[in-house]
Amino acid sequence: MTLTINVEHRQGAFDLAVDLAIGSGLTALFGPSGSGKTTLVNLVAGLIRPNKGRIAFDGEVWVDNAANRRFVPPHRRRIGYVFQEGRLFPHMTVRGNLHYGARFAPRGGEPGETLERVVDLLRIGPLLDRRPALLSGGEKQRVAFGRALMAKPRLLLMDEPLSALDNDLKAAILPDIERMRDEAGIPILYVSHSIEEVTRLATRVIVMDGGKTVAIGRPDEVLNVVPAATGALKAGSFLHAVVTGHSPDEGLTFAESRAGPLFLRATDIPVGAHIRAFVPTSEVVLATSLPDGISTLNRLKGTVEEIGDAGSVIMVSIDCNGDRVLAEITRRSAANLGLVQGMPVNLLFKTVSIAAEGIYRTS
Amino acid sequence: MLLSLKVAATAVAFSLPLGIAIAYILSRRDFWGKTVLNGAVHLPLILPPVVTGYLLLLTFGRKGTVGAFLEQWFGLVFSFRWTGAALAAGVMGFPLLVRSIRLSLDAVDRRLETAASTLGANPVWVFATVTLPLILPGIAAGAVLAFAKAMGEFGATITFVSNIPGETQTLASAIYTYTQVPGGETAAMRLTLVSIGISFAALIASEVLSRRMAARLGAA
Repeated sequence: MTLTINVEHRQGAFDLAVDLAIGSGLTALFGPSGSGKTTLVNLVAGLIRPNKGRIAFDGEVWVDNAANRRFVPPHRRRIGYVFQEGRLFPHMTVRGNLHYGARFAPRGGEPGETLERVVDLLRIGPLLDRRPALLSGGEKQRVAFGRALMAKPRLLLMDEPLSALDNDLKAAILPDIERMRDEAGIPILYVSHSIEEVTRLATRVIVMDGGKTVAIGRPDEVLNVVPAATGALKAGSFLHAVVTGHSPDEGLTFAESRAGPLFLRATDIPVGAHIRAFVPTSEVVLATSLPDGISTLNRLKGTVEEIGDAGSVIMVSIDCNGDRVLAEITRRSAANLGLVQGMPVNLLFKTVSIAAEGIYRTS
Repeated sequence: MLLSLKVAATAVAFSLPLGIAIAYILSRRDFWGKTVLNGAVHLPLILPPVVTGYLLLLTFGRKGTVGAFLEQWFGLVFSFRWTGAALAAGVMGFPLLVRSIRLSLDAVDRRLETAASTLGANPVWVFATVTLPLILPGIAAGAVLAFAKAMGEFGATITFVSNIPGETQTLASAIYTYTQVPGGETAAMRLTLVSIGISFAALIASEVLSRRMAARLGAA
């Protein structure tokens, strides 16, 4: 089940030109606002026609502007589309909304079984007889996921489905999306500009900027270092570590990274599990000697690998025994420290500077 | 005056599907001549009713082009029949109907229709299951307005189908007739009260209806 997209599309002053093949798993389209992510998804859904190009899924041509001007309308593509704002039908109950998706799904299998499974998967049983107006934002979005799944889609599209939710709700729904990814077994195209969501969910990442694909690969390859802090994108890097213990009283989780011990916010990840922690570049403090009497718990050792000019600031890349960590500092700080390549340096960052959703299990 | 109710109900029943279709075209499509169509629909609202009635007589009268055709092929005669009264009432109420439906169509969140299409609904299904339920309050309000207009229609009716007791004499024209006759005041008053009663009932019914629908949409 492969989705191939080879299109050129102009929308106003904006040009989109991509040539992609997307397979199973969750493929994240990642990039700043205005990079063409949503346009690309709408092209795949058939909500817009490209000026030029071809889109095919699983051997079926959806759009081909070359020879026969073929265009399959959205309702015949058998996709599921989860929108940013849910878009539940206000005149139906939750059950009605879920059934709406199933109404056009191909027969086969018990329909009740599907409803049961979807309701189970997304924990929406108690909501079935309510109307969308009476649901909270998170509940609405879970129902929207369910409605898309009920259509038995061959491809799931999600356009920033979590961006309208606050962090607690996001954290509550992320496992639902993980389950959809792992249990529903259909390819998912997921638009996001949140690095936390992408690193946690994606099996593959396509980084977009200015209507073009900039990088494609596994999240740890593509996003290990996110160099550009453009717009909503938070720049940062990942530290690999193994959980070594918990201290609920102090609200801490301990982990051992290659460059030294880590003190993280309390998580429920079991001891012995491998994790990755996302450290934003702006949160890293560099020090040539370790200061006393400072609250910062995380102190790692590394060597300066590269000193890059990032416009108004300096981006320092530090090798922490195999993990590459980026630190964003001012020119003055760089001069005061006398940073040069190959020089040993201490990295400091606060426990609280790593967001809860920036810590996740890899095994 | 049961005749009036029959005339008004027929007028609304026949103009409703056409009204929804025209409102949909005006709201969703862009085409050459849209302004002309929009103007034509609203014309009866602005023209003196007598002029509308006269135009109806010219086109739908037995000698009129359309009227002659309909009589020849369908045996349908409008002039000086209650069907003509219904036609006149329908035409006069049509602008109110279309206006109300179009306004609610414009207010429908098109993104919901898009969502339905991604779920596999073809355009006809999208209209029937999403658009139509969402504009029901607008349709109901438009129908009530058109019904009220049809009940009270006088000028176009009397010009087109005259004022024949038992055939084309509606509530309005009956009241008019009684006021022209000495000693008819009591009868006129009685009909006036009936008229007030019907109008009031229609208004309350529409209020209840729209409130119930709003509650269903969760907007109340």
